Amino acid sequence: MARTRFGSDVGLTARMTSVMFLLGAVFVALVVVLMFVLPAGWTPIIGVIGLGIAWGQWYFSDTVAMKAMRAREVTPQQAPELHQMVDRLCALADMPKPRVGVADLKVPNAFATGRSPERSVVCVTTGILGLLTADEMEAVLAHELSHVAHRDVTVMTIASTAGILAGMLSRGAQWGAFFGGGRRDNNNNTGGLPIWLVVLVVSLVVYAVSFFLTRLLSRYRELCADRSGAYLTMKPRALASALQKISGGMNAIPTADLRASSAMNAFFIAPAIKGVSLSQLTSTHPSLEQRLQQLAAIEAELSRPVDGTAS
Amino acid sequence: MSRLWGAITGRTTPKQANLDSLFLVPSASVTLQTAAGFTATGTGSVCFRAPDGAAYQQIQDEVVSMLREDADKPDVSVHHDDLGFTWLVVDRVDDDVEGLCTDLHAINSGLEEQGFGTGLLCSLVPFRDGSGRNVALVYLYKQGTFYAFAPTGPNVRDNLLEMQVRDALKDELPMEQDLQRWLALWGAPGL
Repeated sequence: MARTRFGSDVGLTARMTSVMFLLGAVFVALVVVLMFVLPAGWTPIIGVIGLGIAWGQWYFSDTVAMKAMRAREVTPQQAPELHQMVDRLCALADMPKPRVGVADLKVPNAFATGRSPERSVVCVTTGILGLLTADEMEAVLAHELSHVAHRDVTVMTIASTAGILAGMLSRGAQWGAFFGGGRRDNNNNTGGLPIWLVVLVVSLVVYAVSFFLTRLLSRYRELCADRSGAYLTMKPRALASALQKISGGMNAIPTADLRASSAMNAFFIAPAIKGVSLSQLTSTHPSLEQRLQQLAAIEAELSRPVDGTAS
Repeated sequence: MSRLWGAITGRTTPKQANLDSLFLVPSASVTLQTAAGFTATGTGSVCFRAPDGAAYQQIQDEVVSMLREDADKPDVSVHHDDLGFTWLVVDRVDDDVEGLCTDLHAINSGLEEQGFGTGLLCSLVPFRDGSGRNVALVYLYKQGTFYAFAPTGPNVRDNLLEMQVRDALKDELPMEQDLQRWLALWGAPGL
């Protein structure tokens, strides 16, 4: 399971999403085909295996994610500033301290994973360490710690298991309707194949629906983490600027080119500006606007004038 | 149940600070003096995360001026550390631990009244012994527990002394059992 982090590059997100969708579809198709090939009594066993795989993804989420990102755990001696920030945020939020990891990647990113707050890891890339100021880094860590506190890995795993479960249930319903608990040997080509096709189509449709719902849920939980993180650090502005920096990370180089060329040659301004605004349009995730709007509301709440009751 | 609900809704209610145990410090300081020879330095500080904006500034000004109006005229100063936390430091010349704790409590309740209680991180009361060793008693608001922090140099702390203090005070104060939570506070003002 992977969550989209901040308003990242839309193209990358789209590619990543389609790959995840395909992976999920393949997984469901595999389960369905297995149920179809194997005798009826095996269906619950397949169900157990399917759930077992989801459970394994959840149970080993921290080690798997760390390996996938080629991240290494860092000790307080290796990354004192990072650890100090996490220490204080955890003391402020009254939560157990997660392990801290660093991935040697240029892409500015951060993630948190793990099956429970007691056993989780917060990981940042070297790219984000170089990009953000201390304030912004703290805001990002607070956002990640909020994911840990909200048990987002568990919630999202359960949410994504729904697709598989729906496939299993539709399979069971098919068995009940067409065979009435009868024996499986009347399962010949004329009667069997359409049913299986129906089952396949049904579970894929169910999977597709649950997939989009899961994405929606994930976006919503990002907003939740933003909110809790901003309240924890009391600096929504820092998170807002961190988000802008990260989502604009892909545009950083074109912007620099624009400045350089505009200073030297006025002829390039118009097309260059057009290009930048276009790329900004495509790279600005719609939720970034939503996230910034939410952070602005939190900022307004925190700086609301003191009411008269204070003596 | 509330943890489950928090997981489902993706909302964790911010933990409110627990201020009560601060008033246990004066008696603990007597024990610390008799058991280990440490005396209070007369300073104390409150560390918290201050939000940006005029609202907070107004509260800080109110709290500071209220403390300065006290008959003993404690010296109050404001520090900002590298990690973005604000420290309000109270300095009393007469080693009056009881008065000091009242001051610290006034800061806390002033912040809490205006809804910034969730930003409180810790309070710190430094002690010193005859040989010049420093140890600070740190109160963690969110856990409601105490621990000792004894820095001996840049990024070096005397863990044995800290444990010794923990054992000396364990009957009087709720000491933090989880060593992971013994937050290092390098460069804390007053230490």
